[in-house]
Formats: sequence, structure tokens, C-alpha cells
Amino acid sequence: MGSFQSLPDDHQYRTLSKKTGFSLEQITILHNRFRQLSHNEESLRKDDFKTIQDLESNPIRFQIIEAFFDKRNFQKNGVGSVEEIGFEEFLTVMSYFRAPGLHITEEKREEIRRAKLRFLFNMHDTDNDGTITLEEYRHVVEELLSRSGALGRETAKGIADAAMLEVASISVGPMAPDEFYEGITFEHFVKILKGIEIETRMHIRFLNMDTTVMCK
Amino acid sequence: MELKMFIVVLVLLVGTLMPLGATASSPEMGTGHVRPQNDQGHGHSDHGGTATNYTKKPFPVLSFDYEHVRLPFEISLWVLLAFLMKLGFHLIPQMPSIVPESCLLIVVGLLIGGLMKLLGDVSIVLESKIFFFYLLPPIILDAGYFLPIRAFTENLGTILMFAVVGTLWNTFFIGGFLYGVCQLEGVHLAQVDLLSCLLFGSIVSAVDPVAVLAVFEEIHINELLHILVFGESLLNDAVTVVLYHLFEEFSSVGTITVIDALLGIVCFLVVSLGGIVVGAIYGILAAFTSRFTSHTRVIEPLFVFVYSYMAYLSAEVFHLSGIMALIACGAVMRPYVEANISHKSHTTIKYFLKMWSSVSDTLIFIFLGMSTVAGDHEWNWTFVIMTVILCLVARVLGVIGLTFIINKFRIVNLTTKDQFIIAYGGLRGAIAFSLCYLLDPVLFPRKNMFLTAIITVIFFTVFVQGMTIRPLVDLLAVKKKQETKRSINEEIHTQFLDHLLTGIEDVCGHYGHHHWKDKLNRFNKKYVKKCLIAGERSKEPQLIAFYHKMEMKQAIELVESGGGAKLPSALPSTVSMQNIQPKKPPHERALPQLTKSREEEIRKILRTNLQRTRQRLRSYNRHTLVADPYEDGWNEILIKRKKMMELEKKISQMNNYLTVPAPPPDSPTIARARLSSDPQAWGIKPVKESIPTIKVDLASPQSPESLTMVDELSKKSSTQKDNEEEGGLMMKPPPPAERKDKTGEEDDGKEPQRLMRCLSDPGPSAEEEEEDEPFLP
Repeated sequence: MGSFQSLPDDHQYRTLSKKTGFSLEQITILHNRFRQLSHNEESLRKDDFKTIQDLESNPIRFQIIEAFFDKRNFQKNGVGSVEEIGFEEFLTVMSYFRAPGLHITEEKREEIRRAKLRFLFNMHDTDNDGTITLEEYRHVVEELLSRSGALGRETAKGIADAAMLEVASISVGPMAPDEFYEGITFEHFVKILKGIEIETRMHIRFLNMDTTVMCK
Repeated sequence: MELKMFIVVLVLLVGTLMPLGATASSPEMGTGHVRPQNDQGHGHSDHGGTATNYTKKPFPVLSFDYEHVRLPFEISLWVLLAFLMKLGFHLIPQMPSIVPESCLLIVVGLLIGGLMKLLGDVSIVLESKIFFFYLLPPIILDAGYFLPIRAFTENLGTILMFAVVGTLWNTFFIGGFLYGVCQLEGVHLAQVDLLSCLLFGSIVSAVDPVAVLAVFEEIHINELLHILVFGESLLNDAVTVVLYHLFEEFSSVGTITVIDALLGIVCFLVVSLGGIVVGAIYGILAAFTSRFTSHTRVIEPLFVFVYSYMAYLSAEVFHLSGIMALIACGAVMRPYVEANISHKSHTTIKYFLKMWSSVSDTLIFIFLGMSTVAGDHEWNWTFVIMTVILCLVARVLGVIGLTFIINKFRIVNLTTKDQFIIAYGGLRGAIAFSLCYLLDPVLFPRKNMFLTAIITVIFFTVFVQGMTIRPLVDLLAVKKKQETKRSINEEIHTQFLDHLLTGIEDVCGHYGHHHWKDKLNRFNKKYVKKCLIAGERSKEPQLIAFYHKMEMKQAIELVESGGGAKLPSALPSTVSMQNIQPKKPPHERALPQLTKSREEEIRKILRTNLQRTRQRLRSYNRHTLVADPYEDGWNEILIKRKKMMELEKKISQMNNYLTVPAPPPDSPTIARARLSSDPQAWGIKPVKESIPTIKVDLASPQSPESLTMVDELSKKSSTQKDNEEEGGLMMKPPPPAERKDKTGEEDDGKEPQRLMRCLSDPGPSAEEEEEDEPFLP
């Protein structure tokens, strides 16, 4: 439990804290978790995520795991995915789930909002072409309904199609029969999810983490 | 013009009521008196009533016997009058936007009370029993059944803080201060002891759900504030009940010890949790019962109402919080009952609840007005003014203090504007009045003074605060309720977010909020839903249920808008499937072919099946609702339709380029023309049920597409006509101009596609081609 409070670590924590916005205490806790998942190694692999029991029953676990290894989420113009990640990348991905601070300006709030929406967008846009195509969206809905057997699979397509139609009509408006809607761009994505206050919904309370759980 | 006629009618009615009321000596209304004179009257106009002295007189053709029907007549007349008043308000232009309805109703009550007092000694007061047993439950059930669970649970901590701690603070602040004031020399109130003051404080400090609902409904404030104030008004009932009984008990004894205080706390927990448990039990019973009602749809709403009422009464038996029981019952039973009952029952429940709560609401305010005039009052300037001021001050201080603490734990902080609205929205109402009315005059010699003070507070909050809250909301630019319907994208992403956050919490190893919610959901799905929901619906995930509901709504809207007319605006009528299906370059050219004889056979099969279905539809009896293709088997229809849509799309994706032009997308006039010319159009929908009878030999080496190819065929021919009817989200069949590349199965797919195209288009393009697939059973 952090017996190495040597200077390099501390310094590293400080830089991380500045970069991601977590407090030192939160970083320590997360580092412990990281070490626990990676069996005390320096980097985390996809298989390490499979050891998390509760994640197995989550319908979108693959996308979640992918998100951790997706370069777009921890580098500005990253492309593709990596095989293993270090603690810094882990923390960067986690920082998307921080709550926005108490007293922030409107533009900062909007910025945070867009960052979180970008994270979600990257999760859906698996081929990184900048748009969520019908196929990708169908895949998303299918995964969501993957625990519902046959009924889920059949309606998934219908739901995805309906959702796509909705996005098209909201973003683009009337379209002639021969026009083609390529896919949901990031701007359209932001527009359709205006109703959900992402910056407040998409957060986890990192402060109240139960350290006893992690020593299992 | 309408208004004048209306007023004339009203005056006539009131005119008939007054003499009737005044001539007979009426007791307090609704105490359920059995009048001894009533035994006589059953049409005999005896002048004496003794059996021995029966003098012969001509048979009475017409007689007047009012006593006979007095009670129900009066009640009905009151209710009618109340609603004519309400109607009248809405006819007056401008009125509803300036003055909230509750104010007007109280004024009406005052007027009527005044009139009655002038005419006779009729004194009608809002009886506590009537209030608590008949007038209050519908309002609370309406609130509980339609409680937005998500918003409520997300803000539960805040709501509880306001309800429990806030009410306690209010009670002690007001009670204590009043006691201090009473002890002052010049006030002559020295006899009001501490316990009485505290009791008074507890009665007057509770925010009233009826008043809050009445006022907040009209200002359309944003969901967060609405749920905070409203939730608080519902949950503080437990606190009020406990404090009230506590102080009442100890008034007789005279003192309170520490033990009593501790017992009070235990009592509070018992009362609130007990109420919730009782409600939940009845809710589960109701859900379970609704599982078996598929054959007796007509009585479904009854179960909802009766079980809820029983929950309320059962809780009252043990002096638990009846309000919390009602809320728990409604909230628990709703998801399961709604999955089980028919669409019509759902509508019935909704409208009955709204209607009843509206009736209660109106009657409560009118009686409040009347009781003001009729009751004995004792006006004491100091006491009353101090009460009003203290109520305001206590509320403001309480809200500010609590928000300060709460904001440390909330993500979305409550701004000053929010705090102001919460404080300002703390209206008092009829519950306070009724509780005070129940006080024992022996123990509380100043009961009348209390009543006066409470009525003043109620009037102040309802009139002053009620009337000014709307302009204030506009002035402060408080966020209003979003009017937009929830879109399917939002629903998908809400679900997605839930899973995502749960996943991230698991990665962190943190058993938080989402983790437990997810566990609860899984438990619910695995065990509870199986017990309480009948049939297939139990396995339906929420997203699909939402989608079906949306489709149903749009289908109904479509039908209501004239069948075939423009699709409702929520639906992207301007964008259709062809816009989002990716286009691929043309692959090969081949033409659809079908022998004429085959075509005839197909048509014959379709016709016979159609007839069979129509015959099935004809039979029904009074005790079941009309066999409604939109109801029974709706889910099966949907599933089959989905299956077919999928396969149709799959087929279209591997199709080929056709020279046959697709039928143009139906313009509304064409569709309507088709509908009117083809009387069978309406009967077509159930054809889907008959589709499985057209079977394809499964041993065919073709892919599964061929199985439903014929389904496609039959569907295609019928689909063209009733495409417009089928509900908003039906995608138009992709015109042949678009396809998708699919490696492999090209050959298999081509033929079905060709067939499909050919049949749907009665055009001249058919070439001869041998059809391999057997499609006759």
C-alpha cells in the first residue's frame, strides 16, 4: 500500500495530478488498484481485465475494455489501439469520469462536456473514420441487448435504424430520396445528446472509494 | 357568450341548492347520519305512518320526497357545482394565467360559506374524517403512481434531508419562538404551554402536497425543483405524524423525558419504514394479481385502485404513515402492472386517477373556504402575525442551512435561485387544517386560536405565494420543464451510460451507486419480473419496451391523424431508410420473373388467409373487449413483423439491380385512395398472424431467407397498401436502386429478391424464369 513514497513517485503523482485533475489521494488509490489488476507489473493488458468478476455480466464489457486501450482516448491525435497500457494511460481514461468542479465557467463546462462526449463517440466509432455508421450503431444496440437472446437481436436492428433516422432528421432535416446520410458525425452526436446532461451524469465518486475492497 | 350562458346555469343551480339546504336543518355534511324520518318514505305519502289509521285517498301519481335522496343528492350537487366553478374559471380569458386555481376555489368556498351563513344555520366544515379517508388518498395515489422514479431516487438524499431535518427544524423553531412570544407580558397568552406550542409548530410546519401540486402544476418548473419540493411534501408526512402523536400524547401527561424522545425517534423509523413496507406488500400483491387478468381486462384498473386504498387504510390501522404507504404501493406496482395490463386499462387508470385527484383537489379547496366562514374563530393579532412571519423565516433559514450541507454531497449543486424557489414553494394546505381540527378542545383550550392562525397561514401561502410564484419564476428565469419527448437516442445512451458507469466502477473496484443499482436491476430481472409479469413480457429489456411503446404511440397517432396522412412530427418523415442505407454500385442485371400460374397461386393463398383472419375478428362478447389486433398478441405481431423486416432488409442487401422501377413512395393522397378503395386494407394487418401458415419446405438447401421469402411476398403485396398504417417507425421498403454488397450468398438471395420485386410491382416486366424454391406447403 504505497510503501514507496519516494521522491520520484511523489513527483510523478504531482505531474499526473496536474494533467488529469485527480487529487493525490485519489491517484494513490487508483495506483493501488492498477497494481492489483496488473499483478504488480508496470503495464496492464486486456486479459487482466478479465479477472474482474463483476465486469463479466456487463453487456458492453468489450467496448469498455477496448476504450482503455484506445489511443484516441489518451493522445491528442492517436489512432488505433495498443496492447498494454501504463498507469498514466489508465489514469487518463479514468479522468473522463471525474465530476466537473464546483465553480467552473460555462466554457469550461462545455469543454468537459465535449471531452466526455468524445469519449463516448470513440467507443462507438470503432473504425475511427469520424462517423458512426449504421453498422456501428447497430452493433452498439446489439451489444446492449445481447443479454436478451433472440428477441433482442431482432429488435436491435429496428431500434438502431429508428435511432439513426432520428439523428438524420434532427441534424440534417429533410432529405431527398437519393441523398445519403453518411453517419453520425461528432457534431450531430453532440446535438442529439443535448438533453442528457453528460457532464454531470457521466461521473463516478472517486473520493469515496472503499480501500478494503481493493485488498482482496 | 359562453360565459354568460354558463353563469346563468350556475345561478340556477345555486338557486335550487340554497332553499333546499336552508329549509331542512342539515347537520355537518357527510357524517353519515341515518335520519330517523327516512324509514317512512318509500313512495307512500302517509300522513301519520301508523298502520291502523289508513284512510283511503287517491293513489299518488306524483309525489315529492326529498328526504329520501337527500344525502347523495347533496353530495352530487356539491361536486357538480365545484366543477362548474372550475369550468367557469377556464372560460374567463386571462384568469388561469394570473390566479392559480386553488385561490379561486377558496374564494368560491368563502362566498358559498358566506351565503349559507346568511341564509340559515347551515355550517359545513371540512370534516377531518372525510378529508383523510376520501379526499386525500386519490391525490396521493395519483402522485405516487406517476412518480418519476429515476429523478426521485437520484435526489433521494436531498429530499430526505429537507423532509426530515427541515420539518424538525421548522417545528422546533416555530414552536420554540412562539412559546417565547407567548410568555411575553403584554400578550395574555401565558396559558399556552410549551407542548401546545410545539404541537402547533409541528402541524403548521409541514409542506402540503395538495397545495404544492396545485400550484407547481401550473408553472411547469424544471423537473429537479419539482421533484425536490414535491418529494419533500410527500415524505414529511411521516415526520408530521410522529411529532403530532408524540406531542399529543404528552400533552395529556404534561412532560417529556429523554426516554420519550428516544422512543420518538424509534417511532419515526417504525412509522416511515412500516408505511413503506405495507405499501410495498400491497404493491406486490397488485402486481401479482395483474398477471392473471388477461381474460378479464375490464376489471384491471379496479385492482390498482382497491389495492392502493387498502394499503392506505391498513397503514392507518397501525398509525403508520398512510401517505408513504400509498406512494410505495403505487411506485412498486407500476412497472409490473403496466407490463401486464392492456393499453386501454392503462389509459383508464391514468384518467381515473387524474379525474379523482382533480375532484378531491377542488373539493378540498372549496371546503377550506367554507370552513373559514363557518368555523369559530379567535383572532389574536400577535399570535397570528407571529405565526406567519415565523413560518416564512423558519423556511428560508432551513432551506439555506440545509442546502449548504447538502451541496457538499451533491454533484449538481443547488443554486441560490433553486433555493429561493424551494423556500418559496413551501406551501401549507388542508392537511394542516385537518390535523388542527382533530385536536381535542379540552386539552387545547386555545384550539380556535390555532385554527385561525393556521387558516391565515394557509391563505397567505396559497394566495400570496401561489399568485406571485409564477411571475417570480419568469423574472428569475428559472429553468422550465423540457417539453420534448424522450428520444430513442437518449434512451439508448442512458442505458449505455448506466452500463458504462457500472463497468468503470467495477474496474475501479469501487462498490458504488451504480454497482448496487445494477445488482438490483439484475435481481429484478432474474427473479421478480418472472413472478410478476405474465408471459413473454417478463423477459423484455427496458430498451425494447421503450421502443415498443414509442411505436405503439406513433401508430396510434398515425391512425388518429387519418391513417395515411402525414406522419407525426416526432417521426422523421423527411428521412427514410433509403437515406441511411448505404448505396453500393450496381452489380449485375437480372430481371424478376415469375410464371403467371405461380403468381395466381400466391394470390389465391393470400386471399384465403385474409378471409380466415377476418372471420376470426368478428366474434367477441360483451365481457371481453373487442378482439383488438392492437392488443392481444401485439407482441407476437411485433416480433414476427420484426423478423420479417430483418429478413427483408437482408434480402435487399444482397440484391441486384433491377430495371423495374420501384413503386413511388406513397403520397398521402394515394395512400388514402388505396385505403378507401380497398376495404380489405384494415383487415390486412392481422394477415401477419396467418403468415406462418404459408410454410416453405425447410429441407430446401436455401438459406433461411427462402423460408420467409414467401412471407416477404405476401407481406410485400399487402405492405404496399398498409405501409402507411403500420406505425410510424416502419421503414419504407428499400427501392431497388440500393443494395449492399454481400459476398457469398448472392445467388440464393437474388432469386427471392427478384420474386419479391416482381410481385409488388404489377408492371409489365416479368420474364419467364424457372423458380426453384417450393413455396407451397
